[in-house]
Amino acid sequence: MSIEQSPHSEDLPPHVPRRADTDPRAAKRAERQVGLLFIASSLATVGFVAAYVFISTEDLLDLPFFGNVSTSNLALGLLMAVALFAIGAGAIHWAKKLMSDVEVINERHPEGSDEESRAAALAEYERGRDESGFARRPFIRNSLLLSLALAGIPAVVLLRDLGPLPGNALRHTMWTEDMRILTAETLQPIRPEDLEIGTLVSGVPEGIDLVLEEEGNLNELAKAPVILVRMDPEDIKAEQGPADDPWGYEGILCFSKICTHVGCPISLYEQQTHHLLCPCHQSTFDLTDAANVIFGPAARALPQLAISVDTDGYLVARGDFSQPVGPSFWERG
Amino acid sequence: MTALLARRRSKFATAAVLLVALVAMGGAYSVATSANRAQAAPRTETSTQVEQGKKLFLEGCSTCHGAGGEGNFQPDGTVAGPSLIGVGAAAVDFQVSTGRMPLANPGAQAPKKAPIYTPDEVAALAAYIVSLSPADPGPAIPTPDMYDYSNLTPEELALGGQLYRANCAACHNFAGEGGALSAGKYAPTLMEVEPRIIYEAMLTGPQNMPVFPDTTMRVEDKQAIIGYIKSLETQPNPGGIDLGRLGPVTEGLLLWTLGLGLMIAVAVWIGVKAK
Repeated sequence: MSIEQSPHSEDLPPHVPRRADTDPRAAKRAERQVGLLFIASSLATVGFVAAYVFISTEDLLDLPFFGNVSTSNLALGLLMAVALFAIGAGAIHWAKKLMSDVEVINERHPEGSDEESRAAALAEYERGRDESGFARRPFIRNSLLLSLALAGIPAVVLLRDLGPLPGNALRHTMWTEDMRILTAETLQPIRPEDLEIGTLVSGVPEGIDLVLEEEGNLNELAKAPVILVRMDPEDIKAEQGPADDPWGYEGILCFSKICTHVGCPISLYEQQTHHLLCPCHQSTFDLTDAANVIFGPAARALPQLAISVDTDGYLVARGDFSQPVGPSFWERG
Repeated sequence: MTALLARRRSKFATAAVLLVALVAMGGAYSVATSANRAQAAPRTETSTQVEQGKKLFLEGCSTCHGAGGEGNFQPDGTVAGPSLIGVGAAAVDFQVSTGRMPLANPGAQAPKKAPIYTPDEVAALAAYIVSLSPADPGPAIPTPDMYDYSNLTPEELALGGQLYRANCAACHNFAGEGGALSAGKYAPTLMEVEPRIIYEAMLTGPQNMPVFPDTTMRVEDKQAIIGYIKSLETQPNPGGIDLGRLGPVTEGLLLWTLGLGLMIAVAVWIGVKAK
């Protein structure tokens, strides 16, 4: 549709010709620029392949401000950027400087089909219905509907492979009565006198290494980690567990290391404030006050593990956690 | 002189006089303090070291920590300075030789700064603090073989990395660059920190850092952690700028500003009518 045909063309501002439209030298210059951009892209593509072949990935280039940069990465990235960008830039430059820029009004037309086409389509549909006998032979129709309905069932059956359902696994950890608390990674048993006031220890249950090896996955390690802290017993305002038999041991408190928000390992412990922060979303638990949440998105206090000392003088658990560790789940209640 | 007198009513006169006075005061102060420094000659005898340490303590530390290191507790419950009895030579060495003590002004955290005292003076202060509680002297300054990480095997370095991630990374960041704690406190960067200082920090738990005593984190474990931290320092940055290795915040900020900015600039260029 050209400008002459448009009924509203008189509403447009007057067309201003570009320099390239009036000056052949400007047009020639623009043409050269566009061509050079495309040639630059071609050269960069060739350069990219050359850089890939000839530059060792070990080479480092010392650039001011950027520091030591891998020469290969830098060359590949820059050349590919030029190769792609110059094609686009050339096309835009071409369109802006040389292609027609006469203003055009594109009239809208009604979007529905005309009466004739609609009647023809309906007739086609009815002819198909009659010729196939879909309405006339209900046995075929109904058996087809049945087979289509059943065809979705295999997908539902295959969902079972996502299981098995966790069952009780989310509610229990491997901690049992008299199980020793070992240091994480180094797996050393811990005596109460090893912990001076202000100490933080990351702990795991004894035998965790055997369980991991046997099960071939990290599921138990994902639930069982604890932290041990020791504070002045006078600083402790409240503990979990019965008031006459609190779950700590001489100022040593043991909590699940799994944040009750979304389960990050949580060990950002401020020794002076006794606040335990989760590095993921800043949930803050007050360890002097039964690990209650004082800030952040966590909804529940960190579960405390009841601890004691065995006959050899090492710290042990008095049993499993009394509530599920880690983030909430639907059936938790 | 007459020229100076003639200008005494200039609007800059007050400022000029103030400036001269301030410079003179500062100069006199630094001369006086450096004279003090010169008097503190290094000693080897322990008893004289304790004497010297006591003198330095009374001059520089007792305002907050009490004349006998017993601490300064205000009636309203605030602590001007905690008790130093039994904190050990390692704590003194950590706090004073990194310049964290003496504190420039009270705040959320004592920052690292240029040390005020010479190594001899730090040793004297440590000897004095140890002499305050001979029965329970607290952790001693670790010996160089305790934090020597030069002979670690690759396996030990890997264990150091595991221990670092289990115990240190929550506060000091996965790349050892440090990070924010609550209410203005922060975990400082571990880059370019002397091995002795890292060891002492784990041993004594300065400020809000918890204690990792040699009983639950053995000497060889600390060695492995120090070796791992030192290996982080030499990690190359194949991408160029490491953006502080602070994670998604700086990377996202760069993309949102530089990346989106570039795209907006290109969009504007496409949209502008050619002349």
